[in-house]
Amino acid sequence: MEKILVGLKRVVDYNVRVRVNSDGSGVETAGVKMSINPFDEIALEEALRIKERGDAKEVIVISIGSSDCQQQLRTGLAMGADRAILVATDDATDSLTRARALLEIVNRESPELVILGKQAIDDDNNQTGQMLAALWDRPQATSASTIELSGNTARVIREVDVGLETIEVDLPAVLTVDLRLNEPRYVKLPDIMKAKKKPLDEVALGDLGLTAAPAITEVLFEPPAEREKGVMVDDVPGLVAALNEKGLL
Amino acid sequence: MSKILIIADHDGVALNGAIAKAVACAASIDGAQIEIAVFAESTAAIAAEAAALDSVTRVIAIENIANKHLIAAVVAPQVVAISDGYSHIFGLSSSFGKDLMPRVAALLGVNQISDIMTVESPHVFKRPIYAGNAVLTVEAPTDQVVIATVRTASYRAAGANNSAPIEVVDIAADLPSHTRFVELQAGSSDRPDLQSASSVVSGGRALASTENFDLIYALADKLGAAVGATRAAVDAGYIANEFQIGQTGKIIAPDLYIAIGISGAIQHLTGIKDAGTIVAINKDAEAPIFEVADIGLVGDLFSIVPELTDALA
Ligand SMILES: Cc1cc2nc3c(=O)[nH]c(=O)nc-3n(C[C@H](O)[C@H](O)[C@H](O)COP(=O)(O)OP(=O)(O)OC[C@H]3O[C@@H](n4cnc5c(N)ncnc54)[C@H](O)[C@@H]3O)c2cc1C
Ligand SMILES: Nc1ncnc2c1ncn2[C@@H]1O[C@H](COP(=O)(O)O)[C@@H](O)[C@H]1O
Repeated sequence: MEKILVGLKRVVDYNVRVRVNSDGSGVETAGVKMSINPFDEIALEEALRIKERGDAKEVIVISIGSSDCQQQLRTGLAMGADRAILVATDDATDSLTRARALLEIVNRESPELVILGKQAIDDDNNQTGQMLAALWDRPQATSASTIELSGNTARVIREVDVGLETIEVDLPAVLTVDLRLNEPRYVKLPDIMKAKKKPLDEVALGDLGLTAAPAITEVLFEPPAEREKGVMVDDVPGLVAALNEKGLL
Repeated sequence: MSKILIIADHDGVALNGAIAKAVACAASIDGAQIEIAVFAESTAAIAAEAAALDSVTRVIAIENIANKHLIAAVVAPQVVAISDGYSHIFGLSSSFGKDLMPRVAALLGVNQISDIMTVESPHVFKRPIYAGNAVLTVEAPTDQVVIATVRTASYRAAGANNSAPIEVVDIAADLPSHTRFVELQAGSSDRPDLQSASSVVSGGRALASTENFDLIYALADKLGAAVGATRAAVDAGYIANEFQIGQTGKIIAPDLYIAIGISGAIQHLTGIKDAGTIVAINKDAEAPIFEVADIGLVGDLFSIVPELTDALA
C-alpha cells in the first residue's frame, strides 16, 4: 500500500495524577507533562512495522490542536514517521469535528489505512475512529490486538468483552488499537536530530471548512467522590472478622 | 417528552443482562418512554427478554441474516433507518455499544456522549474522564437526538415483570459487505460473570505465574466470586484478557472486591470505583491500593491467601 495515516493526540501524560482546577472549568494543565496518547504510540508503532516489512511506503502522522502539538508530531517523526500534518486550532474541538478534519485529510491523501488509538486517555471518549469510518463510509476494526494484512484486506483480532473476536475488513479501513498490539519503540537521540528535517505541514482547521465550536457543552469539572477512610487489619482472623461485620461472608 | 431507544446487546442467544441497567438509566429521565431495538438473526428469545424489562413500552425486532453476528458497520445504518422520532438513542458501554454508537452518531451528524453515569436532566449528564480522576457534567443541544453509551456499573438493573409488545420490523437499508465476522474466541468459564458478580477476587502481577493464579481461583470458588486481574497480570499471560479490570478493561461494581498483589494504579482503580467494599492484600504498606481500600491487610499473599481460603471453609 502507499500510505498509512496515524492520529497522534497530545494528552496529559498517563503518569500524571490529574486534578480538577479550583473553578471547575477544567483540569490543571500548568506545568503538567504532556505526551502522545499511549494508544496512539501503539498505532504509530504498528504503522512503522507495516512499513518496515515493505507493506507500506509512507507513514503520515496527524494531530489536531494547538501549535504545541508539534512536539508530539516531532516525536512521531523521530519514531520513524515520514511526515506530519498539524490541523491547527486553538479552540477545543469535539469528536465529530475531529473526525471531519481527519476525513478532509483522508480525502487529500487517500491512505489505505488510518490507524488511531482506541481512546484518548483524557476524554476517554472512544469515538473518533468509528466516526471517521462512518463519515468515510469505510470499515472499522476497533480495539485491535492483532493486525494481519493480505492484499486488499486486513484480518483483525479485536479485544471484546467476552474474549477475542476476529473480523476481516476490506481496505481502505480505519483501525483503532488496544494496548496489547505491540510495544512502541524508544526514540533515539540521532532520530530526534533527523526528525527536525522531516516535513511538518500545517493547515488551519478553518481552511478545511470546519469550525471548532463543540456542540456538547462542558458545564462543570468535579473531582470524583472520595471513598471513606478504611481500616487496617493485622491478620487473616482480623480480615474474616471485618468481612463478617459487614455481612459479606 | 423523552422517547428513548436502547440498542440491545446480545450474543445471538440471550439478552446482555446489562441492558436492564441501561433501562434503569433511561428510566431516570423524567417522563421517559423507553423502547428497545433487537437486531439479530433470530430475535424471538432476545426480544422476549427485552419486553420483560420494567418501563419498556415497546420492543422492535429486526431480523436479518446480516445481524447474525453484531457488526457495527452493518448495524449502524439499520439504527439510523429507525431513528426517526427518538429524542435519545442509548447503547451500553460494552465492546459492541462502544463500537456502534459513535458510528450511528456520525451518520446522524451529531456527537456522542460516552459513559453516562448520572442523568441530571434530559440533556444534562455526568460522565467520568481522565480514568475517573474527574467527573464532567455535559449538556447536549436540545434540538438534536442525544446519542450516548451508558456506564452500566453506575446503575442497578431494572426489574423484569413486564410484557411490552414486540413488533417485528423490516428495514430497507443498504448493508455493507466490507466487514466480515470470522470467529469469536470466548473464554469458557463456569465461574460467575465478572460484570454481574456480587463478589470479585482479583490478582495482580505479584501472582508471578499462571500456576499461582490457582490461589485466586481457589479463594474465588470458596466465595462464589468471579475472578479478575490487572493489565500487568494479563500482559504477563497469567490470565486471559477478558478478565482485565480498569480503564481499558471492564468497569465493575460488585459488593465485595478483593485485590490481591495489586498496586492500585489509577487505570486499575477506575474499574472498581463503584465497588461496595474493597479489600486489599499487599506486602507493601505504601501501595496506593490502601488509599481506596475499606479493609487492608499488609503481608505476603502467598501465606495470606491460602490461610484465608482455609478460614472460609
Ligand atoms: C493507557 C493505559 C491503560 C491502562 N489500563 C489498565 C487497565 O485497564 N487495568 C489495569 O489493571 N491496568 C491498566 N494499565 C496499567 C496500570 O498502569 C498498571 O501498570 C497495572 O495496573 C499494574 O498492575 P499490578 O498492580 O498487577 O502490578 P504492579 O503495579 O507491579 O503491582 C504489584 C503489587 O503486588 C505487590 N506484591 C508483590 N509481591 C507480593 C506478595 N508476595 N504479596 C503481596 N503483595 C505483593 C507489590 O507490592 C505491588 O504493589 C494501563 C496503563 C496505561 C498506560
Ligand atoms: N486531536 C486529535 N489529534 C489527532 N488524533 C486524535 C485527536 N483526537 C482523537 N484522535 C485520535 O482518535 C483516537 C480516539 O480518540 P477519542 O475518540 O477522543 O477517544 C485517539 O487515540 C487518536 O488516535
